Amino acid sequence: MRVLVCVKRVPQTGGRIVLTADGQAIDTKFLGFTISPHEECGVEEAVRIIEAQGGESVVLTLGAAAAEEQLRDAMALGVDRAVLLETDGSEWDPVSTAAVIADTIRAQEAAGGPFDLVIFGNESADSGGFQVGIRVAVALGRPVVNGLKGLTLGSGSITARREAAGGGWETYELPTPAIVGVKEGLNLPRYPSVPGRLRAKKKEVERITIGASGSGPAAVSGAPTGPMKSMLRLPQEAESQVEILGRGAEAAPAVVDLLQKIGVVAR
Amino acid sequence: MSGPILVLVELGSGDGAGTADRVSLETLAFARSLADGLGGAPVEALLVGSDASGAAAALGAHGVTTGHVVTDAAIAGAYAPAAWGAALAELAGARGAVAIIGPGTDRGAEVLAHAAARLGAPLAANVLSATPGDSWSVTRQRWAGSLLEDATLDASVRCLTMAPHAVAVDERAGSPAAAVASFAPAIAPADLLVRVTGHEPPSKGSISLTDAKVVVGGGRGVGSAAAFSELEELAELLGAAIGVSRVVTSNGWRPHTQQVGQTGQRIAPDLYIACGISGAIQHIVGCKSAKRILAINTDAESPIMALADYAVIGDLHQVVPAVSAEIRRRAG
Repeated sequence: MRVLVCVKRVPQTGGRIVLTADGQAIDTKFLGFTISPHEECGVEEAVRIIEAQGGESVVLTLGAAAAEEQLRDAMALGVDRAVLLETDGSEWDPVSTAAVIADTIRAQEAAGGPFDLVIFGNESADSGGFQVGIRVAVALGRPVVNGLKGLTLGSGSITARREAAGGGWETYELPTPAIVGVKEGLNLPRYPSVPGRLRAKKKEVERITIGASGSGPAAVSGAPTGPMKSMLRLPQEAESQVEILGRGAEAAPAVVDLLQKIGVVAR
Repeated sequence: MSGPILVLVELGSGDGAGTADRVSLETLAFARSLADGLGGAPVEALLVGSDASGAAAALGAHGVTTGHVVTDAAIAGAYAPAAWGAALAELAGARGAVAIIGPGTDRGAEVLAHAAARLGAPLAANVLSATPGDSWSVTRQRWAGSLLEDATLDASVRCLTMAPHAVAVDERAGSPAAAVASFAPAIAPADLLVRVTGHEPPSKGSISLTDAKVVVGGGRGVGSAAAFSELEELAELLGAAIGVSRVVTSNGWRPHTQQVGQTGQRIAPDLYIACGISGAIQHIVGCKSAKRILAINTDAESPIMALADYAVIGDLHQVVPAVSAEIRRRAG
């Protein structure tokens, strides 16, 4: 069994987003970074599958050299090795990203054999394009389904489930090799152990430089790219005026007065 | 006149079965406003379903001139993302569509991605507004709407999904019915490999988080799985559902199905009682549509206060049991 999981390095935004002066990016001076949340569950799933069935798990990302941090995080959880498609740090659109990942999967499979399963997040937390995994699947001619919160591997097939629009769940059957887009809730990712972190330092990161410095994604993919970002803006949010009902347990009568006033508690 | 704007219209489920779903109707309203900017380009729709003809004709009131209906049981019998995407791409080519727009739902996003990939066209997801031109200018959501991106879409067929609930449904009584045209796409067997093969109904009895009028929310400040009993007691008194922040599900204190936020549920209750929740944007995007927010937090400066209408400054472990006791006392 061979499983590839594709991840993205994204900032941990916390309480509010601050943009750089030129409006081109989030100001990350004071922020840490993480694997995009849906993909954290993708990493956990890849590790569980290989633990249960044996084989090899590989984590792949496209990003700046600093994205090695997220690859090491994935390997600390148990992923065997990593591939970094190293860019100059400029933002890549979904068409170009998918084209390069599809080429990389072809090359990795030519060298090491086919991946039974390739896992993507349903959408990245930051740019939210909802498409890279599907574009890769179409390029490789493989079955794909998005939005999964349950995966069961059979022999030569996968049973998958996702939430249905009207409530409940719908199930899908996919023949392998297959591509899936997963959502947080698929599993509860483990915390990395200290030995896991130590082992991760010694694991292999294969670096592949993508494009000459400053050449950008358009020179790579050949396909029409986009959407091309021109500017980021914060939405206008009406700030509410907060009414302090009181402090500590003594505020309880004021809270229940409010609950009665708005009809949540009967008078 | 320009070619048509082609809209993917999903049919509703449950009580809404047999009619277009709400986000699709919003998407048609958006398409109608775009059509005005394109010199009155027609708005056409694609519906997939063995009994979709009635729903297609009814779209006249939403500005649709022609509803193309795929009824072939091999495609319409069960949702099949690649086949639906292939049908959409084929129809767009046959009609000379200038744009393909889908609802920003799980299925809408998935089908548009398949169609865009086949057409070799870029796709802008969760768009709020668009201005046609040689290249189109769009504003779209990032970070689930916490951040906006102005972008250009440069292609002969512009593919986009519409952010849910960004525009109102525009239904005009007395409009002529849409023409209904049968459409039989050429679907390869490989595109039918992935399809819905089974359904599990929702579990009965529990209050649905997305439908609840009152939600009692718990965050890091709750402190442990056991301490949620205090919130459950209050929720039971109020007939409320429990919602939690991401740190709570990451710690395994509560199931992920109760998570409110970017990677969980979006809720819009009459009242959201946020207990020990600081208000990270990951959580805020899930609860900001609540009519009223009551925050219970030790920190009067926490980000949730910027969104809250009411607040109690204090330890939720003292405040929440005291509120429950007061409700019981007044009930006698």
